[in-house]
Amino acid sequence: MGHDLMGQLVQYIQSYLSSDQTPGAAGNMFWVLVYILAVFVGLSIAVIAMNWLERKILAHMQVRLGPMRVGPHGLLQPIADAIKLLLKEDIIPAEADVAIFWVAPFMVVLAAFTVFIVVPFGPTHAVTDMNIGILFMLGVSSLSVLGIVMAGWASNSHYPLIGALRSSAQMVSYEVAMGLAVVSAIVMTSLNASGTGTLSMIGIVQAQQEQGVWFIFKFFPLGLIAFFIFAVAMVAETNRAPFDLAEAESELTAGFHTEYSGFRWSLFFLAEYSAMIAVSSIAVTLWLGGWLRPFPNLLSGSTWDLIFSLFPGVTFLFLAAMCFFNAVRMPKHPFFRIQTIGLAGFGVVLGLIGLVMLVPAVRIRVQDIFWFAAKVATFMYLYIWYRGTFPRYRFDQLMQMGWKVLLPMGLGVLILTATAGLWPSIQHSIWHP
Amino acid sequence: MAVDTAFNMAPVATPFFFYMLSGIMLIGGILVITRKNPVHSALALITVLLAQAAIYLMLYAPFVAGVQIILYAGGIMVLFLFVIMLVNIDRAAKERTFNSQWLVGIVAATALGGLFVAVYTKGNNIFPEHALSVIENDNTQKVATMLYGQYMFAFEIASLLLLVAIIGAVVMAKKRI
Amino acid sequence: MEAMLHITTLHYLVLGAALFLLGVIGVLTRRNVVIVLMSIELILNAVNLNLVAFSRLWGGVHGQIFAIFVITDAAAEAAVGLGILIAFFRNKETVNIDEVHLLKW
Repeated sequence: MGHDLMGQLVQYIQSYLSSDQTPGAAGNMFWVLVYILAVFVGLSIAVIAMNWLERKILAHMQVRLGPMRVGPHGLLQPIADAIKLLLKEDIIPAEADVAIFWVAPFMVVLAAFTVFIVVPFGPTHAVTDMNIGILFMLGVSSLSVLGIVMAGWASNSHYPLIGALRSSAQMVSYEVAMGLAVVSAIVMTSLNASGTGTLSMIGIVQAQQEQGVWFIFKFFPLGLIAFFIFAVAMVAETNRAPFDLAEAESELTAGFHTEYSGFRWSLFFLAEYSAMIAVSSIAVTLWLGGWLRPFPNLLSGSTWDLIFSLFPGVTFLFLAAMCFFNAVRMPKHPFFRIQTIGLAGFGVVLGLIGLVMLVPAVRIRVQDIFWFAAKVATFMYLYIWYRGTFPRYRFDQLMQMGWKVLLPMGLGVLILTATAGLWPSIQHSIWHP
Repeated sequence: MAVDTAFNMAPVATPFFFYMLSGIMLIGGILVITRKNPVHSALALITVLLAQAAIYLMLYAPFVAGVQIILYAGGIMVLFLFVIMLVNIDRAAKERTFNSQWLVGIVAATALGGLFVAVYTKGNNIFPEHALSVIENDNTQKVATMLYGQYMFAFEIASLLLLVAIIGAVVMAKKRI
Repeated sequence: MEAMLHITTLHYLVLGAALFLLGVIGVLTRRNVVIVLMSIELILNAVNLNLVAFSRLWGGVHGQIFAIFVITDAAAEAAVGLGILIAFFRNKETVNIDEVHLLKW
């Protein structure tokens, strides 16, 4: 009886591996939990890496070095920050509403993490494939506005309240522009052979695969304008530069999270970076072809497939080579010995991962996830680039741009996209009334 | 009970989720009507709305669940929170929570509850049990076909209604017309 | 007990009725106008639950479309109601619904 149970359990676990659906669609609870855990761990590693990358890249753009002391080239800085935040004193302001003060960071983190159950890393690599995927993502990411309003209210202080009201007004305004840009991309999914569009994230990427073109290049320049509207609106949605008036240090002393310290502040920080990755995933899925490799039709054939499938392994080997190069260039002083060894060890780990990714059996499974992650990483780099380049928008300029510039542009793009998509049948009905 | 039926396909542990979600909704509803601080009531109402969206998912209505999350929890509740922050004054915190006719209100609600109980126990056999086993993957497409086809007039009226509501809200909240 | 384990349409209807009752009690007994408006939202949600449950029972999407329209109208009504509340609050500095008695005989 015990053997029977184990045998059935193993068979249940293995029965998913031969299906071609996401674990949620196949109803397999074990693999759903595995995927959720993998997304959670991956997201945490991504946020930690983003912290380090932001400080280093911003520093190099400002012609300085950034953190260099904590680990080799500051690689352990995020871990030091996390330990510091965990050990800080937990301060609750006097006469603050304690229940709301507790709930607000959890609401923001909930909204930021729940969207990742429909993000498609591959044709079967999502936690589940909901029928309303993109609608779910837009809706749940709009729940973070509630958390921000509650955080500002519960702090019982002027700066957080003003910061929260401005932040939430900005997020709500740019959600409208985001929604219109998303709708114009969804309209493009209905132009495939079967005639019906889809809201599911995996279906959108498969529509791009069927139509043979990434939606950013479809009906040029309409796809590009829609992508541009979404790219601007998503930066404003996540309260990042140049739209970070509500939380910049020089303006409102950190806005709605002024009174939060220690672990609660790190929850807001985690939620902000997760929201950035989430809206970048939406942009990548809708316009940049999701997990598809570049040029699937132009450069097709088995040799080009082979070359493109070598990219993951080669990328990690290149990173390992850079680690070794920098380890050699470290100062030859006894104080730096541990750092040099640490950097060389990190390089060895990266090199091993790269070599594992060159193995053919791993290559074909991992390249979808790699291309998706590479495109999202490009967006993260763009976020950091914007922060280092653009001056901050004033709040009334921000709201004016959201309502008076992006919204009419979004409407215009939507109407033109629908017209361009229906142009054959419009033409037909004009000439054959 | 064989082990493989526990691992079976499609709805997993429906009674557990239904009772958990309905418990959350009822507790949230009781919190909405009994809390003194309106911000706490708003928070409880957000919980009720999100649990309601999950119940819509259980009823195989994913599009309505998405609309509920976006509009109700992400739109209307933000509006409520903004207005609560604008009108929240200290004098309100010292007033009584329930008004003077609370007993009459409870009696009327109990009468209504008795009516519901009578309807649901006497009329139980007018709800036949079709067990619909099709899991709709194209719920959105069906809703869209109906909405822009058969219910097009109602759709246009609803957009006109929203326009009237926008104008009305702006006019009423302005300081000088 | 077994009757409680199989979830039928009646379960959803009873849940909707319970929410409706909670909303009615909120509207009838609370003094704060904002709480009354939130109880009205509870009532509308209970109605939506009934509509969607019956849509599931009978197989078409008509109930779901009606529910979408109800949600839209709830948004419009909440906006207008809160606008009225703000205009009233600017005059009387109170959110007590018992103070709205200027037209009482």
